[in-house]
Amino acid sequence: MSDQDSAGFEALVSALSGQLVGAERLYASLNGEATSFVRINHGRIRQPGTVRQSTLSLRLVDGRRHASAELTLSGAADEDLWRGAEALRQLRELLPALPEDPHLLLHDSEAVSVDAVDSALPPAADLVDAALHEAGDADMVGIFAGGEVWRAFGSSLGQRDWFSRGSFTLDWCLVHSADKAVKSTLAGDTFDPGALRVKMAAARQQLAVLSRPARKLSPGSYRAFLSPAAVGEVMGLLSWGSFGARALAAKSSPWNKLEDGELRLDPRVHLVEDCAGGVAPRFGAEGFPVPAQVPLIAGGALVGRLVSPRSAVEFGIPHTGANSNEQPGSLSLAGGGLAPEAALSALGEGVLVGNLWYLNWSDRSVGRFTGMTRFATFWVEGGEIVAPVDVMRFDDSLYSWFGSALEDLTSTPELQLSTDTYFNRSTDSLRLPGALLSGLRFTL
Amino acid sequence: MQGLEQGQRPAGRAPAGDRFEAAARDFRAVLPAGLEFVSLRLVEERSDSWSIRRGVLEPVQLGVDMGGMVTVHEGGGVGYASTSDLSPSGLRAAIDAARGWARRSAGRAVFDFRSVEMPHPTGSYRTPVIEPWDAVPTSEKIALLREIDGMFPVDPRVVEWSASLYAVRTRVRYLTSGGGDVEQELHHLAPDLLVVAHADGQTQKRGASGRGISQQGGWEVIDRVGLRARAARATGEALALLTAPECPSGRMDLLLDPGQMMLQIHESIGHPLELDRILGDERNYAGTSFVTLDMFGSYQYGSPLLNVTFDPTRADEFASYGWDDEGNTAERCHIIKDGLLLRPLGGVISQRRAGIAGVANARASSWNRPPIDRMANLNVEPGDKSFDQLVKMVERGVYMESNTSWSIDDSRNKFQFGCEYARLIEDGELKGVVRNPNYRGISAQFWRSLKGVGDAGTLQVNGTPFCGKGEPNQIIRVGHASPACLFADVDVFGGG
Repeated sequence: MSDQDSAGFEALVSALSGQLVGAERLYASLNGEATSFVRINHGRIRQPGTVRQSTLSLRLVDGRRHASAELTLSGAADEDLWRGAEALRQLRELLPALPEDPHLLLHDSEAVSVDAVDSALPPAADLVDAALHEAGDADMVGIFAGGEVWRAFGSSLGQRDWFSRGSFTLDWCLVHSADKAVKSTLAGDTFDPGALRVKMAAARQQLAVLSRPARKLSPGSYRAFLSPAAVGEVMGLLSWGSFGARALAAKSSPWNKLEDGELRLDPRVHLVEDCAGGVAPRFGAEGFPVPAQVPLIAGGALVGRLVSPRSAVEFGIPHTGANSNEQPGSLSLAGGGLAPEAALSALGEGVLVGNLWYLNWSDRSVGRFTGMTRFATFWVEGGEIVAPVDVMRFDDSLYSWFGSALEDLTSTPELQLSTDTYFNRSTDSLRLPGALLSGLRFTL
Repeated sequence: MQGLEQGQRPAGRAPAGDRFEAAARDFRAVLPAGLEFVSLRLVEERSDSWSIRRGVLEPVQLGVDMGGMVTVHEGGGVGYASTSDLSPSGLRAAIDAARGWARRSAGRAVFDFRSVEMPHPTGSYRTPVIEPWDAVPTSEKIALLREIDGMFPVDPRVVEWSASLYAVRTRVRYLTSGGGDVEQELHHLAPDLLVVAHADGQTQKRGASGRGISQQGGWEVIDRVGLRARAARATGEALALLTAPECPSGRMDLLLDPGQMMLQIHESIGHPLELDRILGDERNYAGTSFVTLDMFGSYQYGSPLLNVTFDPTRADEFASYGWDDEGNTAERCHIIKDGLLLRPLGGVISQRRAGIAGVANARASSWNRPPIDRMANLNVEPGDKSFDQLVKMVERGVYMESNTSWSIDDSRNKFQFGCEYARLIEDGELKGVVRNPNYRGISAQFWRSLKGVGDAGTLQVNGTPFCGKGEPNQIIRVGHASPACLFADVDVFGGG
């Protein structure tokens, strides 16, 4: 038995369920990976290694009292069963001291699902070799992360959900000098050497432009085209405390004034939490099914929110299967009418923003935010890239970028698989178009 | 389920004795002879998360995370393997996997790992603790949260309030093939508070800057960081901010409290001086640095009033330890003295790569991530001005408290930071509250405008669990002790 397959998880949850006493119920979730990480700097290897980890979360419920324990699994069935039993013993001791939870909502189901997709990735070292070969003598820096991830949920009532995928991300820069670099990402569940070659060649082309003398811009407002990656940074900022029912109720969301009708977005803005179009499991850490889509903004109006089971009870509204912090994981912004290949000519003169960086709020309540340009950002004249731009700080408004200053969105949103590896490899994704703005306000 | 008697519920098999002791013994037993360098870093973290929100105790979460990382230097290459299987076969497999990577990277690594002499330390370190977290009854933890919850006055304008305690006990055992054997036991407590007030389209908050008051120690940290006192004034300040005027805009003097100094030190001194950033490792993620190797020993980073120390030996600070995760002995040293930049924040391997002396700051977030250069405790040393004296030095300016927003470029130069709370300073006196205070500047210029440094009476020891960096990504604890500091001619502005 192994924690890395559905049979092992089934055996572990069943055995632990067998140890329940009286009316106790058990809800278990699993989050694991076996990943090769290879860090690269200056086209050479900095830190190569392998991480195998699997974390089991157990929630013991007795009436309306409950508490949870997370534990690392060793992969050895006997020891893991002992660890789980020990965690249950601690939780059982704790429960009588806790008050009843008025916001408790559990998913009582006996449904079983298995969503396992094998991959045929080459060995990590071979894939890294291919990347270093394609980079040639360029100054390549970045990371390869690849292998299997698995997620599972099970309960003493019989519910079992299993999700596993083999996939990789190669996230890298070719650096010209200092902070002048071209960022690229290749990701998926299969490796296509041709796709790597195309991406590397495109990066090399942009690298040549970065060798031109940089343009220093003065603070002020400029026409701008935000690449899908740059729009992705904005969505990253919005992932924290913007779309959740709790943030909106606490008047701490930048969308509160949109909800109140005090501020408006462009009617072409349609934003959806699109689990069906992403790569994440269709069940949450608490076992609730995640809807295929949760509309958040439609026609420029706030039409939905992400609601965790606790918030559903607290606010008396239906939940959306959201996790406890009510963060999106698969945001999708609808495309507009601008063909991607026509973006620069539509921009005419202005700034092509390849990437943004380190976004945060200047005044959250009115959607005012700041951040930096980063990597390949260029000055454009006559629809042609003229020169790289030294990094600039902006201080602007969501209600401008996605409202009064929005000229158009590109017509074909791009899927961006998350390269996030905090604690474990993410299964989040974004599907976003580029955005043409009549004005972007630089301040420093 | 072998070994169980008929009819007995399967309960699994308990590991015999202390898991670290057994793993240390097994590591030495399975270690192949003749390897250049091998280390095993075992980490166990036991965590408790308690919180109350709007009068309701949130779900309690306990945690035990345990595993080990094997690192191998062989033939000039390097490799690591992390595993939660600490059995002899698990450790053997990890050594084999790490050797495989080392062989594969030999001749293609960023430098020849044979050229670095890794430390082989022995000893132990333990956070001084007066009242251990585990010795505090559950009822007392709940009572404290309820007491704080009760300190947030009932007011229809208060729309959200919460308090929480996050305790982590970390045990690390570090062994090397050269006889190194270090055991460390660290006790962390990260409290937090939040009050959100809303009226007439305006939302304001007061709190502890997202666990920004974290320290090492036991239950005594609660009183040491003044948690109750902070809670007692939070609501009044949040309500005052609702009706306060916007922070004025313009260039003026800026007086920062130690809570905001934590962020200012962290982003515009700590990160740019991390040696792995200067060496380019982070250019694809956390970024590079405006600091270059030739600046050490000659570059005037700040005014002559600026004195910065790297100090992992300050027992109460959040990122204290006896040895870093490459086995280097922790020592206090000046990074910047009288404004002059002296040395970077780089561990043994980075020092060898750069050919420059650094500090003991190679740290990993846990057993499943390799060590990289992290700032640990980075402090501004106290000066000679009382808080009142600093205020009296200001003709027109703003005093800001508690970070709420932070953004800086990938070279750690152009920044914009925002605070929760501010007051005007006019003609040497603190005046009324102003809201949505922000300021922006450039690191390379900002520290040279330091014109007053608070004395020890203004110093606070702050820290946070949330410093993100690295590929693969790592979140790690840092500490920043600082007095209040006064800066001249800063670009200040408000919201709206």
